[in-house]
Amino acid sequence: MAQMTMIQAITDALRVELKNDENVLVYGEDVGQNGGVFRATEGLQKEFGEDRVFDTPLAESGIAGISIGLATQGFRPVPEIQFFGFVYEAMDAINGQMARLRYRSGNTQTAPITIRSPFGGGVHTPELHADSLEGLIAQQPGMKVVIPSGPYDAKGLLIQSIRDNDPVVFLEHMKLYRSFREEVPEEDYTLELGKANVVREGNDVTLITYGAMVHSSLKAAEELEKDGIDAEVIDLRTVMPVDFDTIIKSVEKTNRVVMVQEAQRQAGIASYVVSNVQERAILHLEAPILTVAAPDTVYAFTQAEEVWLPNYNDIIEKVNKVINF
Amino acid sequence: MKRTLENIEEQFETFQILNEEGKIVNEDAMPDLSDEELKEIMYRMVYTRILDQRSIALNRQGRLGFYAPTAGQEASQLGTQFALEKEDFILPGYRDVPQLIWHGLPLYQAFLFSRGHYHGNQMPEGVNALSPQIIIGAQYTQAAGVALGMKKRGKKSVAITYTGDGGTSQGDFYEGINFAGAYQAPAIFVVQNNRFAISVPVEKQTAADTLAQKAVAAGIDGIQVDGMDVLAVYAATKDARERAVNGEGPTLIETLTYRYGPHTMAGDDPTRYRTEEMDNEWEKKDPIVRFRKFLEEKGLWSEEEENEVIEKAKEEIKAAIKKTDEQPKQKVTDLIGNMYEELPAHLQEQMEEYKAKESK
Repeated sequence: MAQMTMIQAITDALRVELKNDENVLVYGEDVGQNGGVFRATEGLQKEFGEDRVFDTPLAESGIAGISIGLATQGFRPVPEIQFFGFVYEAMDAINGQMARLRYRSGNTQTAPITIRSPFGGGVHTPELHADSLEGLIAQQPGMKVVIPSGPYDAKGLLIQSIRDNDPVVFLEHMKLYRSFREEVPEEDYTLELGKANVVREGNDVTLITYGAMVHSSLKAAEELEKDGIDAEVIDLRTVMPVDFDTIIKSVEKTNRVVMVQEAQRQAGIASYVVSNVQERAILHLEAPILTVAAPDTVYAFTQAEEVWLPNYNDIIEKVNKVINF
Repeated sequence: MKRTLENIEEQFETFQILNEEGKIVNEDAMPDLSDEELKEIMYRMVYTRILDQRSIALNRQGRLGFYAPTAGQEASQLGTQFALEKEDFILPGYRDVPQLIWHGLPLYQAFLFSRGHYHGNQMPEGVNALSPQIIIGAQYTQAAGVALGMKKRGKKSVAITYTGDGGTSQGDFYEGINFAGAYQAPAIFVVQNNRFAISVPVEKQTAADTLAQKAVAAGIDGIQVDGMDVLAVYAATKDARERAVNGEGPTLIETLTYRYGPHTMAGDDPTRYRTEEMDNEWEKKDPIVRFRKFLEEKGLWSEEEENEVIEKAKEEIKAAIKKTDEQPKQKVTDLIGNMYEELPAHLQEQMEEYKAKESK
């Protein structure tokens, strides 16, 4: 076992799959020679050659579009969108095209494509780099959306995403890239998509979250423990599909829920999760489900981002409300 | 040969072999086609014209769904397809159903596509194609990907894709030709310039004199062809294919053509944006009329033969539409079942719900 950062775990996952399957191709802007702007593909071109790890012209729709074409030739593309804020350029190629290929072709053609992309706030990026846009993809039938919360999950989920025969958007929170290390097995292993992970067990309230907010939620849980509140924290890992079985099991135990996401509140993952929880478990609820989310604005410029981003104090405040309801 | 920024007008002069009178005007460029092949091209053009007429009639009777008429574009559509090999991969636009049919898609499946049934998009084994694209230009980037994949596989084949004059205004058009150029991928990008993007004339799409010259910026070869001259279209495509499989990169082919009918059968009225004079002028250039003259001159075609093709087409279309009618209707549970390889839990629940609804 090695101690790895999330970015190292991602590189390792790519290396494992490039080795395992000769159909895997890794490409994008600055991905080849330069090893990616975050070094996620560091050394891979050297190791696997330019035929399999390569730079593309600077055009997101083209990157996503060629992936569909490559898939028709039996490849398993792993393209990178350099920052997920650039995904608007590729929305037709993703939601309009690759998501629909299986259905459109009556199950005769598939798009086993994994689009990797950094996103997330707190690292002082310019505009359209940090926005949480997972909801745009999660709203599209045919797509899966995976968001790891740390190195171990990132490797297992990325390998599984690449092996999945449906298109996956794999979102990597930039703040998690190098913020901590974790034990990561050197061999290959997978974590099932569509399965949540109970990262902290508790009896009084369920915090449902994903991505960087898993850590804010864990920190909130630690603080709450001092006040005698025992919070359970569920890391969704996959925001489409969502593992409602794990959620409902927890809700039946705690009877109280706070949903936590970094994204702005409007029409996103939280709304989807909350509507399902009330539909499936309303008789188990002792209080309304509250949501911690960013305000309904575009992502804040750097100077306002610390206030804009939800933090553990926001979570504690909402938990106290549902506990004292 | 790569085009340059100099003397654009000369470089992109319209390539023609057969003029409107059915006379060869460019003997040197005459492709090497046997009498049988020449007759086969005529057979396919006549057949496709009948298919278009019958499809329009079936649409009016409510027996077909979405349909984009093809009459006038036979030389552009079939001349390009005739230059392909079975292993070549077609990425069509929604008007390009004839190319799929001649590449091997059974007629009844083409009708199912029109009706919005997914079976119409299930390419039979060995038919290398995607189903017709609805979004203008999206197929251009995908074609670059297919071609890049072929290159990586070491295949001696090409990806060919189609759009119209309007499609050249899309970002995906530029991204597609640029990617293919950057990777020297074996792709052929066909622009069927039928003068109108629904109602907007090509003069309002671009200030460029030709659409073919857009190849210059991408650093790829480009050619403007008389799209009513099936021999010129065939020769240009054959040449593009040869260069592509020899590793010489992609080609942009602009065919000058015209659709006689409306944009689609969903209420478009061409008299709102085209004059009768213009229609008449283009009908004089008709691809079938001039090719018929050419073949008759060579003693390869007769009225009798043509009537046989027409009768055969009508019979086969009748049989195909009957088979189309016999197919079970598409169900919501088919949709649900084809979203993912394995149904996620939320769709399993919805599958049960709709199975119950459909069994009522």
